[in-house]
Amino acid sequence: MNVEVMREYLPLYWRALLLTLKVGWIGVLLAFLFGLICAVTIHLGIPVLRRLFKIYIELFRNTPLLVQLFFMYFALPKIGIRISPEVCGSLGLGLLGGAYMAETFRSGLEGIPAIQEESAASLGMNRLQIFCYVILPQTISVSIPGILANVIFLLKETSVFSVISLMDLMFTAKDLIGMYAKTIECLTLLVIFYLIMLLPVSILGSWLERRVRYAEFGD
Amino acid sequence: MQSLGIDVLFKGKNFIRLMGGLWVAVRISLISVVISIVLGLLIGMLMTSGNKILKAVFRIYLEIVRIMPQMVLLFLVYFGTTRVFGWDLEAETSAIFVFSFWGTAEMADLVRGALISIPSIQYESARALGMKESQVFLLVILPQAVRRLIPLSINLITRMIKTTSLVMMIGIVEVLKVAQQIIEANRKASPNAAFGLFGTVFLLYFIICWPVSRLAAYLEKRWA
Repeated sequence: MNVEVMREYLPLYWRALLLTLKVGWIGVLLAFLFGLICAVTIHLGIPVLRRLFKIYIELFRNTPLLVQLFFMYFALPKIGIRISPEVCGSLGLGLLGGAYMAETFRSGLEGIPAIQEESAASLGMNRLQIFCYVILPQTISVSIPGILANVIFLLKETSVFSVISLMDLMFTAKDLIGMYAKTIECLTLLVIFYLIMLLPVSILGSWLERRVRYAEFGD
Repeated sequence: MQSLGIDVLFKGKNFIRLMGGLWVAVRISLISVVISIVLGLLIGMLMTSGNKILKAVFRIYLEIVRIMPQMVLLFLVYFGTTRVFGWDLEAETSAIFVFSFWGTAEMADLVRGALISIPSIQYESARALGMKESQVFLLVILPQAVRRLIPLSINLITRMIKTTSLVMMIGIVEVLKVAQQIIEANRKASPNAAFGLFGTVFLLYFIICWPVSRLAAYLEKRWA
């Protein structure tokens, strides 16, 4: 292992990490949004949209991100839809994650006892108020462990971005190995950088999960 | 608008080649699933035995698998071992190794979860009936745990199939790679073939995974 070489590569990896984080977190935010919209629509039973969103969820939960990205990046331009690698990465991750988040929120929504809705209604709240002030906050708080598990899953999935020539960590490592054949150094840096990216989220996840479990004891 | 590649799909042996590629991906995931389930059951049972060292080791193992993207693990095994140990692993062998390594951890965690979810009254009642420890485990605990386990392990199968799409990155010619080759070969005659072929691959994955995950959801609901 040659530390000198690793130090030389460091700036390239930092740049890749920043790009991965940017595209990844935008994707996670989109996923949160898409998931929430889908779950709420399905919960409220809005006629046509409900059916459509269910199809979307099944389609994206049952196909790999790699195939989705290939389709979005290489196939869609053939019918005139052209997007940049970064947008494609974020959007692809968002769409995949949205399907998973929707399931998480849905099971959260199902877990809220009916008495909450009835009590709120008896206080004279209208349907919108009940949903925004009573149901939604509780849903999000019970879904937190699930959401964080999804976030880790999504950030891990960013490793396939290299196929749409986004210069992420994987791309950088592969590129450097191809050019200079310093395989061990490149792979070590790759592992270190993924740890930098994912360890904090994982630690936060297990901490929050414990907190949520404590919160349940007051019930 | 030119044709979108549906004609290319059925030209010559293209469709059969595509299915062949799909079989490569499915074969790798099925072999890994079998290995993962067997090893996962063993490790999951060991986990509940209460040995502190085993527990710590397993936590680290699980944490590694949870944090490292499978793609990184694939690269480490396929490119790393050649450099460090001088092993010349075949791409398919390293893929099976990585997916089993990952699947075993996930499966073991599921087994552990299922075993500790059995209320302790089940253990106590069985002992009160005079059963031996092995009888308690085999006749009382295991049947109940397996019921909770089956839907979850079926889910693991779909995750495994989806993840095997990564193997194209270490040079295995699976369905996505075959699609790419067909598109390249027909670039002149049918420049828009990418739409039809990648669309087909998308649908093929869906056709395989969807029934399996429906089955898991059905069993989960029925046995819950």
